[in-house]
Amino acid sequence: MNTIVAVAKKDLRIEWRTRTLLARVVPFALLVLVLFAVALDSEALLLRAAAGLVWMAMLFSTMLVVQRAFDIETSDAAMDSLLACTAHPSRVFYGKALSLFVQLLALAAVLVTAAVVLYGASVHGNRVVLLVTVVVTATGGLATVGTLYGAVVANMTGRDSLLPLLALPVLAPLLIAASRATEAAFGSQTIDLANGWAWVGVLVVYAIVFGSAGAAAFSPLTESDS
Amino acid sequence: MTVGSTGTPTTRVIGALALLITGWVVVSAFFITPADSVQGDSVRIMYAHVPTAWIAYLAFVTTAIASGFSVARRHRTLGFDRVAGASAEVGVLFMAMTLITGSLWGRLTWGTFWQWDPRLTTTLFLFVTYVGYLAVRRIDTDPRQRASRSSVIALLAVLEIPLVHFSVVLWRSLHQEASVLNTDGDVRLDGLMLFTLFSGVVAFTLIFAWLVIHRQRLTTLSDLERVVGLDAAIIARRAENSAGVSA
Repeated sequence: MNTIVAVAKKDLRIEWRTRTLLARVVPFALLVLVLFAVALDSEALLLRAAAGLVWMAMLFSTMLVVQRAFDIETSDAAMDSLLACTAHPSRVFYGKALSLFVQLLALAAVLVTAAVVLYGASVHGNRVVLLVTVVVTATGGLATVGTLYGAVVANMTGRDSLLPLLALPVLAPLLIAASRATEAAFGSQTIDLANGWAWVGVLVVYAIVFGSAGAAAFSPLTESDS
Repeated sequence: MTVGSTGTPTTRVIGALALLITGWVVVSAFFITPADSVQGDSVRIMYAHVPTAWIAYLAFVTTAIASGFSVARRHRTLGFDRVAGASAEVGVLFMAMTLITGSLWGRLTWGTFWQWDPRLTTTLFLFVTYVGYLAVRRIDTDPRQRASRSSVIALLAVLEIPLVHFSVVLWRSLHQEASVLNTDGDVRLDGLMLFTLFSGVVAFTLIFAWLVIHRQRLTTLSDLERVVGLDAAIIARRAENSAGVSA
């Protein structure tokens, strides 16, 4: 547990000192939301699509944050020293996933706020609980899948374009579930609150499956680097 | 060392059988079997569509199993990894054919090229997943690293596909949009039609086996070339040089 927290703190400290998320990823994600609005060109359509667009922007931004999270490890073979510090590579996996989770959670908060401001989405009463749960569980899934596929493409030539190609199809169930559940939280006509909670169940299963798969796969993935 | 061909007597027999049965399927599908009472001539697409889909799934199952073995004994041999890669290449090819023949059939039968039906959507995601897998394999890297990374991706695909399928089924069942189209497209098959379809499956399975055997031998050779190629090139240059000196 200590190792996990230590790895996460290290990553977050690097992020805090370089401010990549704040200076590049957050503006990028907001830009995506603005561009969606321009492309769709209809307020009714935007309100209908708000939930899906927020999660599309999250998916794209996750790719950038994941690249960054592994570039800091591979640039001077820092990963090897990191793995040498612990007997279990899975702890490094969970540490990196935890740091990614914290960063993506901050980003999700910004994007949901932006959806309220820009797209006119609204959240009332007990729907807030659903929204918070969806954001937390979906971000958990994004963080585990992101860390796993970040490790798959780490050190590879052309990893910038490989990561989206590999990770986005895997993230499809998460996109479907998170979008539908967020739609329910935004008070959409097409999906009710109970169904929204059913989708949260899918998100929890998803995060658990990829959390365990990632921890198991991290050892064969990083071993070959040394 | 020269290798003239990746063929052996076994692959020649498989190839000849595949050609023979494919020939029969083409003749039977176009000229002998009757048109369907509901779908008319468009039912003939099925003789190619169903076998390609079957082969694509067979190929991906083969890739997953071979990748499992590859991870389990990764420091001993690359054989399983090569089979996994060869099988995935053939699988992507056949899945592309499945999607193309399927959408042509859909246009004729449903009046639309694409339906967001769970089976179709899952197949599309499966296709993109293995395109990504092949992209990783194409990277020029150490064969052992290629083996470990690509087998992890192949095994994760096994996890991914049921999740994709489940979420798409749930998604579509909640929406219940105008589903006037019967996406099953059931056809009643008489004996000859069923036999032709079965022959198609056999023919395509033989083609699959033939392609995978050749492809994995080719991968073995190109991996070998990486190892001995440099030495051979150096020896050749030295020979040229000494020949030049003595002349």
